[in-house]
Amino acid sequence: MENWKQNPRVFWTLGIPPSLWLLAFFIIPLGFLFVMSFSDKAMVDGQVSITGYDYLTGITNYVRAFDRLYLGIMWKSVWISALATALCLLTAYPIAFGICFAKDKWKPLLLLLVVLPFWINLLIRTYALIAVFRTQGYVNKILGVVGLGPYEMLYNNFAVIFGLVYVYMPFMVLPLYATIERLDKSYLEASLDLGGSQLQTFLRVTVPLTMPGIISGIILVFIPCLGSFLTPDLLGGANALMIGNVIERQFKAANDWPFGAALSFLLMYATFGALALRYLFMLRSKGVDV
Amino acid sequence: MAAQLKPGQGPLDYGSRTWLKVLFATIFFILYAPIITLVAFSFNTDKRGVVWRGFTLDNYTKAWNNASLIEALTNSLVIALIATVLATALGALTALLMWRFRFPFKGAYEGFMALPIVIPEICMGVALLLFFVNSGMMEFFVHMPWPLNLGNIIFAHVTFCFPFVAVVVRSRLVGFNRQLEEASKDLGASEWQTFWSIIVPYMKPGLIAGALLAFTLSLDDFVITFFTSGPETVTFPVKVYSLVRRGVSPEINAASTVLIVITVVATVLAMKLQAPPKANKG
Repeated sequence: MENWKQNPRVFWTLGIPPSLWLLAFFIIPLGFLFVMSFSDKAMVDGQVSITGYDYLTGITNYVRAFDRLYLGIMWKSVWISALATALCLLTAYPIAFGICFAKDKWKPLLLLLVVLPFWINLLIRTYALIAVFRTQGYVNKILGVVGLGPYEMLYNNFAVIFGLVYVYMPFMVLPLYATIERLDKSYLEASLDLGGSQLQTFLRVTVPLTMPGIISGIILVFIPCLGSFLTPDLLGGANALMIGNVIERQFKAANDWPFGAALSFLLMYATFGALALRYLFMLRSKGVDV
Repeated sequence: MAAQLKPGQGPLDYGSRTWLKVLFATIFFILYAPIITLVAFSFNTDKRGVVWRGFTLDNYTKAWNNASLIEALTNSLVIALIATVLATALGALTALLMWRFRFPFKGAYEGFMALPIVIPEICMGVALLLFFVNSGMMEFFVHMPWPLNLGNIIFAHVTFCFPFVAVVVRSRLVGFNRQLEEASKDLGASEWQTFWSIIVPYMKPGLIAGALLAFTLSLDDFVITFFTSGPETVTFPVKVYSLVRRGVSPEINAASTVLIVITVVATVLAMKLQAPPKANKG
């Protein structure tokens, strides 16, 4: 790698276009959002204006975000995301484990099978779930054969959690696969030779040694779950609002942009907090890169 | 004499355990069954899409004749193509910058470049909406003739696509043998000649993989487009969203199947190109 001073012309040619683009269409928009989060709707002739704003009036929007109602929704977003992440871990671990111990010729195909749904449009996958879970859907059809149901499986917390697990599971499999694949299998043999049962070996050798992958996976799934909008919107309806839906409402139906901006920033801070945690864990696992 | 282990019965042969195979099959079934039913029922004659009544291509004809659906699909493809070209160029520049130079605050710069990847989509969507409205760009582009009225969406898409392209291209560049570049310059080639005849050909698989990634990301995006599109500029996912809110119909299945085929083909191609070269490659 060379110092930029050795070839400043090339350095600036390469650096300026992407930096300007990021500045114009990312940093400045975020700046607008930041200012908006400290602003209020202007009052015109004693009425709240639709498009006018008084800029930088204070932190009222943030204070309002800690109302009981919104705290409730934030708390709900957190526990729904946490539960979805836990379920992702429970399903992804055996998959990652199985792929690592599968025959070599099967590995690429199995990995592709895990990743492929991730590339199919999120909206289409969610739509596919609606078709399966709705009252005349196939799950209720099958239950009907056994004489059960039909149940209302959509528009509740269950549907949202299932949808999140369904959509974000590949995010969990990949980091887990990467760490289990690198795990030195002779540790497992040693544990088994020394009389450890399969369960003991798993809990006391495999899990601790693959912890970096587990943590990475948890954070990679938790972040998009927390910020999700489409899944709770389509599968949860009005009964399972998450923070993303409240933000969308402020910018569309409710037309309260300052409050929506404040909520967006709170969501971003939560995201950065989760990323910082991941970074800390990475430092502690001494360069085991995940 | 110790009992002999049959192949597949060793303590570490988890791959041949029945319970793991059953679990595998179950999870893959849950993962794929909804998508496969969606595709299968796009060929169904039943209007409500509940029972299988026979094979037909009617839903495809209907989707094809639905002018607003086709318009949305055209918009999506045009946006994806333009955004891909721009994002690939910007991503390649970023990758080359990070790969070639040492400069102050490089770590911070790298973090900034990764921001569009990590921040929640909805935050980026509303920030861009606010920016486009307040800067007058929304007003300006809305009244432009097609396809210029897609400008805002294209800007938004390039912004979240190019950092991904940068990651892909950079990982390709890591394997580059810098002696080739030095040899080229020793032999009298200029910076520009070296770039075009040595570095670009080497980058090519990375560029193609990055471009395909940008293309699928752009084609798939719903959340950011939802906030940056005007009433006249509807993309395919936004259109499907408004249809899905009204209920399930075989026409949506047909349209979705087309989109699935496009993205799956693009993804499999990208993965083929990104796969590490088999052996003995310079």
